Amino acid sequence: MKPITPVGIVGYGAYVPRYRLPASEVARVWKGEGGDPPVREKAVAGLDEDTLTIALEATRNALRRAGVNPQEIGAVWVGSESHPYAVKPTGTIVAEAIGATPYTLAADLQFACKAGTEAIQAGIGLVASGMVRYALAVGADTAQGRPGDALEYTAAAGGAAYLIGPAKESLAVFEESLSYVTDTPDFWRRPYMHYPTHAQRFTGEPGYFHHVLSAAQALLEHTSRKAEDFRYLVLHQPNTKFPERAARRLGFRPEQWKTGLLSPEIGNTYAGAALLGLTAILDEAGPDELILVVSFGSGAGSDAFILRTTEQITARQKLAVTTREYIARRVVIDYALYARYRRKLLTE
Amino acid sequence: MGIPGSWRLRNQRLSLVGEVCHTCGNKIFPPRDVCPHCAREAQHAFQFSGRGEVYSFTTVFNPPAGFEEYAPYTVALVKLEEGPIVTAQLTDVEPERVAIGQPVEMVTRKLRDDGHAEVISYGYKFRPRITTD
Repeated sequence: MKPITPVGIVGYGAYVPRYRLPASEVARVWKGEGGDPPVREKAVAGLDEDTLTIALEATRNALRRAGVNPQEIGAVWVGSESHPYAVKPTGTIVAEAIGATPYTLAADLQFACKAGTEAIQAGIGLVASGMVRYALAVGADTAQGRPGDALEYTAAAGGAAYLIGPAKESLAVFEESLSYVTDTPDFWRRPYMHYPTHAQRFTGEPGYFHHVLSAAQALLEHTSRKAEDFRYLVLHQPNTKFPERAARRLGFRPEQWKTGLLSPEIGNTYAGAALLGLTAILDEAGPDELILVVSFGSGAGSDAFILRTTEQITARQKLAVTTREYIARRVVIDYALYARYRRKLLTE
Repeated sequence: MGIPGSWRLRNQRLSLVGEVCHTCGNKIFPPRDVCPHCAREAQHAFQFSGRGEVYSFTTVFNPPAGFEEYAPYTVALVKLEEGPIVTAQLTDVEPERVAIGQPVEMVTRKLRDDGHAEVISYGYKFRPRITTD
């Protein structure tokens, strides 16, 4: 997909909570010592944090870099699988807090881990059509894993926000995008359920790899581009080995994906995952560099984007806290504090 | 504070919007009808930067109802860059690492969450400053 009017990213922002739960703590409590955990540690939200507070801080960072009048933002979309309310939008709270109300769209999107990139696709369309000047797309989560489940090693908290706007104001321009979805039951959560369920055998090949690789390959073929054309690659990252394996199968090299691969250090931030990886890339990218982004959401589908950075990127990188600075702000907690912070203890 | 109160104060609570006096130029927080410096009426909205420093602080070990799960937590008088002093909870900091004069910045966090059926109360807190500007 390519918009008739060129569209890009005017501002981007990240947020990662400061608490870290080492995988060795999950293993110690549930499996005994040893094993080969899927990540080294994961980011955990504090007691007063949730998807709204994460989305809002990432959004404020995006606006610092964009420097636009919030009243010109015509859409505020927050993608997440852990919205604070089942009914009552996160988007209106973000819109109010940044001063974008009242003349704006605001809604919450849900598509497991690709809800945020879905918001970007929609934002590209709305900006390109001229219906709005800027659209805000956020992916943020405070993911929950059932205690003792494999997901508990990785289910993490974090988010990223993107202000989509006209290409001439952008620090990176969307060259082309593509979305690929099928009905695949690899992971789900029914209403009123606290923890999700995953169908083990659908997680890898039929879920993650099929959708990520199909979307990426179709976009590369459509644009006649090859892996070596790109300076950076970022994929959805539910663990460390899935994105590395998928990147190799696409013909990419470690130096292209290592900047955007944050899951070993912060875990799987779900709707934030690929989008946080992209913020780490935008923090260090130079002008005129090509980036391939491919998200994945269970259920299942992938959004793929080709971005080219512009001359404007360098001046905006330091206008807000960088993703690396957030990751470095690290306080290790043990499983007991984690159980308290994630409200896994009955207190009444 | 109940739902109507929180709703009326949402701009100051979510994003530290106060006022600037169009007569004497002083910045005012929380917003009010009359300037406390020159007693003139009708002020303009003003977005505070959120940056300030700890003027004084205390740590709460016996919290009021609704705040039990956060204890122990530190409450500070924060002197904003623009002048006013506000009372707020500190976050992302261990109580023993708080000091007078410490640079802090505003973040929006959950103030209280009265259970799964109730509305969540969000508002400003302050944390040790990590922004560079």
